[in-house]
This record gives sequence, structure tokens and C-alpha cells, in this order.
Amino acid sequence: MVPRPELRALAGGGPAKVTIEDAGFFYGRFRALRDVNLEVPEKRVTALIGPSGCGKSTLLRMLNRMYDLVPGGRAEGRVLIDGEDVLRTTRLLELRQRVGMVFQRPSPFPMSIRDNVVFAPRLLGWKRPRIEAAVRESLEGAALWDEVKDRLDEPATGLSGGQQQRLSIARCLAVQPEVILMDEPCSALDPIATLKIEDLIHRLARDYTIVIVTHNMQQAARVADYTAFMLMNAEDRCGELVEVGPTVELFNRPRDRRTEDYITGRFG
Amino acid sequence: MVRADRFRILTGGTGLLAPLALLLIVTVLVQQAWPAIVHFGPGFLTGRVWNPVSLNFAALPYIYGTVASASIALVIAIPVGIGVALFLAEPGQAGLRGAIGIAVELLAAIPSVVYGLWALFVMGPFVFKALETPLNNRFGSFPLFSGTARPTSLFTAGLILAVMVLPTLASISREVIRAVPGGLREASVALGATWWETTWRVILPAARAGIFGAVVLALGRALGETIAVTMTIGNRAQISPALFEPAYTLAAVIANEFTEATAPLHTAALVELGVVLIGVTLTVNLSAQLLLRASADARP
Ligand SMILES: Nc1ncnc2c1ncn2[C@@H]1O[C@H](COP(=O)(O)OP(=O)(O)OP(=O)(O)O)[C@@H](O)[C@H]1O
Ligand SMILES: [Mg+2]
Repeated sequence: MVPRPELRALAGGGPAKVTIEDAGFFYGRFRALRDVNLEVPEKRVTALIGPSGCGKSTLLRMLNRMYDLVPGGRAEGRVLIDGEDVLRTTRLLELRQRVGMVFQRPSPFPMSIRDNVVFAPRLLGWKRPRIEAAVRESLEGAALWDEVKDRLDEPATGLSGGQQQRLSIARCLAVQPEVILMDEPCSALDPIATLKIEDLIHRLARDYTIVIVTHNMQQAARVADYTAFMLMNAEDRCGELVEVGPTVELFNRPRDRRTEDYITGRFG
Repeated sequence: MVRADRFRILTGGTGLLAPLALLLIVTVLVQQAWPAIVHFGPGFLTGRVWNPVSLNFAALPYIYGTVASASIALVIAIPVGIGVALFLAEPGQAGLRGAIGIAVELLAAIPSVVYGLWALFVMGPFVFKALETPLNNRFGSFPLFSGTARPTSLFTAGLILAVMVLPTLASISREVIRAVPGGLREASVALGATWWETTWRVILPAARAGIFGAVVLALGRALGETIAVTMTIGNRAQISPALFEPAYTLAAVIANEFTEATAPLHTAALVELGVVLIGVTLTVNLSAQLLLRASADARP
């Protein structure tokens, strides 16, 4: 099946880093996602928006195979990262090193700030000097270094919510990923912490390909270069990709009626 | 205001009941044991002779047996219990896990005398044949496996104690592991960790304090268990590293001799063993708490 051309993000985009072809997903017998075709441009921010339950998280979790944790979960189609099919790879450690993920709730591990940051490098068996260097680099990358440099050996649970979320980002930066997935990374944070994360996302987009799920259309408008709108089919509750394009275009001149309804708030 | 005060007095009062009861029990015991305490002095704790005929009494072999059998029980029950808890805490396969979960909890409902009977007639002879004798024959020069192996031994008692404390350990640990936020597991997996790495580096450290609580509870039960141990440990007062030889515990000797003790000093010495048992339990508990606190400070 040829991917529908209108569902591709093109104009001005660099080369595609992630190519999703005819992707679908099942939770047991329930089909949660169907016929998703999407190209995620390299070193840009792509937002997934849509009403609750339309499958945004499901789609995001296909990109790093998080759905492996769900009993009865099954993916179809292809998800190519630099041409390699993620859905069929057996090298999960390598995949998850290349594709990092930040969740809705900050989840500091019960260990020191330093040990949190070097969690993944240790899994990869890096040598000590390289691990030491990664601590500072990733904390700087996550705009957290100045706030924690004097308390690296204190428990990470002592940080504020916003700091914990930036620690989660530092934790995935530590292994120098190529793609970073974020599932509503700000929805548990206050407005100021949210602004800090949004700033950070802007800066990270220089070096990383970012896919962010958000409930908040203003946030999508603020941080994303491209936006994809998803919707749940009313008949079988299955999620579909409706429209994708440069954020400015999608919000100002939506091509699909359903997109327009959603962004103008006419949708429930 | 008056109400709140009354409430506070009431809760404070009931809260005081537990330590008060402990104090009362210890006081009465010490009073009953007083003749022996005066007669034997601190030597009661370090001596090895227990002779009702010559009225010579000391507690060390019993202290050793108590601590050793409980330790063996924990060494076996902790890994098994945590393993079972990890298995039960996993999502999915509700049928199988549910059945095993219920089975584990039913283990707690079996009276200890039944455990004792089963250990005496089934488990003891089996372990003697399948484990003790071969190890004893082949590695008899190694202190742990030395001596003359017997079906009723320190090891048999430790093993049955392990079975008895397993439900406590497994079900509390399961709840604690379940209570670890799912986000931690996801975050760890998303960083490339396998199930094992996640369990070992994230889940168990997060659940550590709670699992430790379960271990302390299990230890309390193992130290004080009487009837099943009396039936399986062989009841010989000796201090020996040999696992497959008999030993004797504080609780067992009290149960065995109390009804036959006629000499007042004998009775007093048995009561003093009870005081020592309380002392051992409290000491072990307190040092466990301190240990936990120290390790929490050292490794956040
Ligand atoms: N583990 C699961 N088992 C069964 N069904 C699931 C599971 N996770 C999600 N679903 C279903 O799949 C559909 C898509 O869920 P998903 O979490 O991807 O939506 P979402 O767009 O991220 O929603 P939200 O904005 O509320 O986070 C929903 O109908 C949901 O009920
Ligand atoms: Mg979601």
C-alpha cells in the first residue's frame, strides 16, 4: 500500500528520521490504532495532538517498543528509524539507547542524582571516565547542572517536580540518543516548570529528533515544528491519523474539517 | 476542643498499652526468674551446662540453637520469598498467579503442630536421605556438614521454619513490590534495562524498606516458634557448626521441661530462659532497625 501523500510532513522538513508505514496496534482483540503513515523529520519537534484515548501514547510507545510490556499488545506495519524496522528488531538495548523516552510523571529512581543519570551508561557497560563525563554533559544538556552540581550524591527524590522531569531528560541524554519521545512531559508540572521544559525542548531540537505528545494545543503551537492530529473513529473506537503538517499551517489552515473542529474547540 | 482532647487521651492511652503490657510481662518474668538470676549471675548467659539433677543451669547452647535455626530459616526463606513475591507481583496470568497467591497464603493457616508432624514424618526423613547423608558422606570434613547426620537436626528445623515464615515474607513483599510506582519500571525499561536489571536495580531498591519489615516480622516468628521446632530439632543442647546434628532452642527447652520441673531453681532457670528469649528477639529486632537506618543513610 502506498502511503497517502497528504499524510506526510514535507514542506521544508529535513530528511525523515522516523518513517511510520501502515502502522496499527492491538491491545488483545481491541484495535487501538489503524493505518498510520507519518514521517518524522530529523532534528525537528513533532507534536502528536488529539482527544483523550485516540492512541497518541500508543503510537509513541511503538517507536521504542515500550508496548513489549503490555501482555497481549501487538503491532503491525513498519516503523523505520534510519531504515531499520523497529517493530522487528531484537536489539532492544541498542534501540532504547537510540530512542529515549520521557514520561508524564517524573520518575526518579531511588538512588542518587548521579546514579540516576548514569543508569543507562552502566547498562551499556561504559568505562568509568566516560561515565563520569556523561554526568556533567547530560545534566548541562538538560539545564539542570547549575541547580544540582553540589548535591550529585543526594537522593534524586529530593528534587522538585520540574527538576525531576529535567533529570528524566538528562537520564536519556546520557547515552546520546538520536530520538527523544515525550509523553505529556509537562502535564504534572506548574506553569514555570513547564516553560523551562519547553525552552529546553527548543534547544534540544538542534541535536535531537523529538516527538512529543501533548493535550495542550498552545503547547504544541509553542514547541512543535510539525503537528500531527489524531482522532478516535466513532464506530470502533480505533485511533487514526487525520492530518499532519507544519504546525503553523495545521493551526491556521487545517485541511480536514475534523482538525478544524478540534482546534477551534468545537470538538467535545 | 474537649472532644479532641478526649480523643487524644484515648488514643494515647491505647497506644501506651503495648509497651505497658511488655513491661508488665517482663517484670513478672524477672520476678519469677529472680532466684536463678541471683544464683547464676551473668554466667547464665555464657555457660554451657544444663543439668536438672545437679541444678546447674546455663543458656548458651539454647541461645545458639535459637539464633542458628532462625538464621537458617531466613537464609532459605528470603530469596525464595522474594522470588515468589516478584512472580506474584507481575501483571497478567491472573488465574495461575491467583492460585499460587492463595496457596501461599493458605500456608499461613496451617497450625504449627501440623507443620511439625509433617516435618517429622515426611520432610525430615526425605531431607536426611536426599541431602544430609550425601553431603555428610562426601564433604564430612567441612564443618557445616560434619558430625553424624540425623533426620531431626538443626537443618531440618531451619527448613521447616523457612516454610512457616514464607507466607509472611512473600505476601508482604508482594504488596510492597506492587506498591512501587509503575512509572519506575517503565522508565527503567525505556532506558534499555531488561526485566532482571529493572527488578534488581530499581524495583527491589525501591521496595527495600518494606521487604526489610517483612524480614523482621518473619525473624520474630522464627525465633519464637516452639512446637514445630521442638519436634524437629532433635533437642540436644550443643554448640556445633554441624548443620545436620541436633540442637536445642530456648522455646523448645521451656516447653519440654516446664511441666516436669519440680525444683524451684529449675523452674526459675526456665523462666529466665524466657526472659533471655525476649531479650534475643528485642536485640535482633533493634539491630535490624539500626542496620536499615545505617544502610539508608549510606546508600540513598
Ligand atoms: N494497556 C492497555 N490495555 C488495553 N487497552 C489500552 C491499554 N492502553 C491503552 N489502551 C486503549 O487504547 C486506546 C488508546 O490509548 P492511548 O493511551 O494511546 O490514548 P492517548 O491518546 O494517549 O490518551 P490520553 O490523551 O488520555 O493519554 C484507548 O482506547 C485506551 O483505552
Ligand atoms: Mg496518553
